[in-house]
Amino acid sequence: MNATLQAIPSVRTNEATISPSSIIARLQRVSKHYGDVRALREVNLSLRQGELLALLGPNGAGKTTAVKLLLGLAKPTSGTASIFGGNPVDSTVRIRVGAMLQVAKVPETLRVREHIELFSSYYPAPLPLSKVLALAGLQEIKDRLFGDLSGGQKQRVLFALAVCGDPDLLFLDEPTVGLDVEARRLLWAQIRNLLEKGKTILLTTHYLEEADVLADRIVVINHGEIIAEGTPAEIKTKTAGRRIRCVSNLNIATIRGFPYVLEVEQKSNAYEIRVVEAEPVLRELLTRDPAVSEIEVSSAGLEEAFLALTRDNTAAPRR
Amino acid sequence: MSTATAPFPQIQTRPLNKTLSIYFREARAEFLTRLRLRAYSMSIIGFPLMFYVLFGLVLNRDAAVQGTQFTTYLIATYGTFGVMGAALFGTASGLAAERGLGWLQVKRASPMPPFAYFAAKVVMSTIFSTIVVVLLFTLGITFGGVHLSAALAIKLLSTLVIGSLPFCAMGLAIGYFAGPSSAPAIINLIYFPMSFCSGLWVPIMFLPKVLRSFARVLPPYHLAQLALSTVGAGQHESNWIHWEVLIGFTLICVGIARLGFQRDEGKMYG
Repeated sequence: MNATLQAIPSVRTNEATISPSSIIARLQRVSKHYGDVRALREVNLSLRQGELLALLGPNGAGKTTAVKLLLGLAKPTSGTASIFGGNPVDSTVRIRVGAMLQVAKVPETLRVREHIELFSSYYPAPLPLSKVLALAGLQEIKDRLFGDLSGGQKQRVLFALAVCGDPDLLFLDEPTVGLDVEARRLLWAQIRNLLEKGKTILLTTHYLEEADVLADRIVVINHGEIIAEGTPAEIKTKTAGRRIRCVSNLNIATIRGFPYVLEVEQKSNAYEIRVVEAEPVLRELLTRDPAVSEIEVSSAGLEEAFLALTRDNTAAPRR
Repeated sequence: MSTATAPFPQIQTRPLNKTLSIYFREARAEFLTRLRLRAYSMSIIGFPLMFYVLFGLVLNRDAAVQGTQFTTYLIATYGTFGVMGAALFGTASGLAAERGLGWLQVKRASPMPPFAYFAAKVVMSTIFSTIVVVLLFTLGITFGGVHLSAALAIKLLSTLVIGSLPFCAMGLAIGYFAGPSSAPAIINLIYFPMSFCSGLWVPIMFLPKVLRSFARVLPPYHLAQLALSTVGAGQHESNWIHWEVLIGFTLICVGIARLGFQRDEGKMYG
């Protein structure tokens, strides 16, 4: 399958982001073991200036581990993690970084404003409080105690703590987990806002839609290994490509033999054909079977792409 | 990684006044957090006061121990009990919970100076200690016929507050090795028996002989003796011995806490 994938030209590569000097965070051949658990294996990952990179994968794939390594909260078992060309644990690096992590409990008896003011004080040139409150949509509840907030409001406070120092680089680890649709969209708008200001963002998520909507690039990770990388469009094309549905007299083996066909399934009287590109397959179909009918072509959603990727990877032999 | 080749400008280190301001804000936030936790502040301040009212003001108001008025004697011992509670709970329960539930990690990912986090817990605990002792003074003077000169009161207060630091160190050590929900239980398991055996609830001379000799290995006994000596009571041993025991105990606890810190950082950076 891989051979087919690499032949496909990239759909929207942003040339400006490719020069190596613009890489501001990087994992180089990084492995991380927790006892017997191999959270990451030989992972290479670079984050380029001004982009939003989505690290997409199911729970336990190693996303949070990758974030912790880049934040200097964990040390690689082998390989190196670097940010701004330096060690992630250096305070000179940390003042340029903001992070929203998954946290089970935040001190509940501090007011929203007090939490933000404290974190702002750690940074040399923080944003004014009013601006942070506006960015995270917290103006109305700035005097509430953290413990009195709803789940979505709590997430917004954690978001505010990540952005209050006006960092150049942001890590958002599952920022919208547990949020309702409206709150999620609000946070997406706030994230886009930051991208427009030139921030670089690494976002982890297991919501495919989220990666599709926000990311310039997606890195799909599963079982501690990167299994695909590309723009959202590329990821979609690469894996599930497009889908043709039709009724035909041809037998299934014949269709499987067509170029550009990835997979054929018989669904009652119709075929479902997963293809890399639709047009050549359609041409072939119409030539071989003039009676072919009820043709539908659809593009596979990211969800399918993602499921296909992680399923294939699970089937692969484990080391 | 060589910083000389880094393509990004280096930012100079934080100026001292900025660092001090972070320490101050961190301590203030920690104090407000704890003060607003009603159940916490009420029990830390309330327990020693309640014991003092019951055993000092209600039951034994006119008694005396070896020539010292009982109400005065108990200010020293319940003061020790109070500062010990403020120190142990103030450091251990917060640290264990924040370590275990991810909040410490959020703070460590930020540019907060790591030591500010611990300093804030110690400062917050000593403020609670001061409140407890001052309220004991107020109760004793108002209702217990206690006479304390201002100089003596300040001496007793500072002995107790400085003497609470070993227990802050002990709390940090516990906080590094206890889980978020088990920490309070572990503290109680140490705090109450140790207080009783050190003669903080019942004056030491009323305890059985075997407990009296056992008390000498317990740090709260030594702090209580220091506090008692300021009001002319106690076992009249050399104060140097008491200070030495407390300093030794502090060093051991700081050492254990440091091991815990390094173990955590080792998970993080090692």
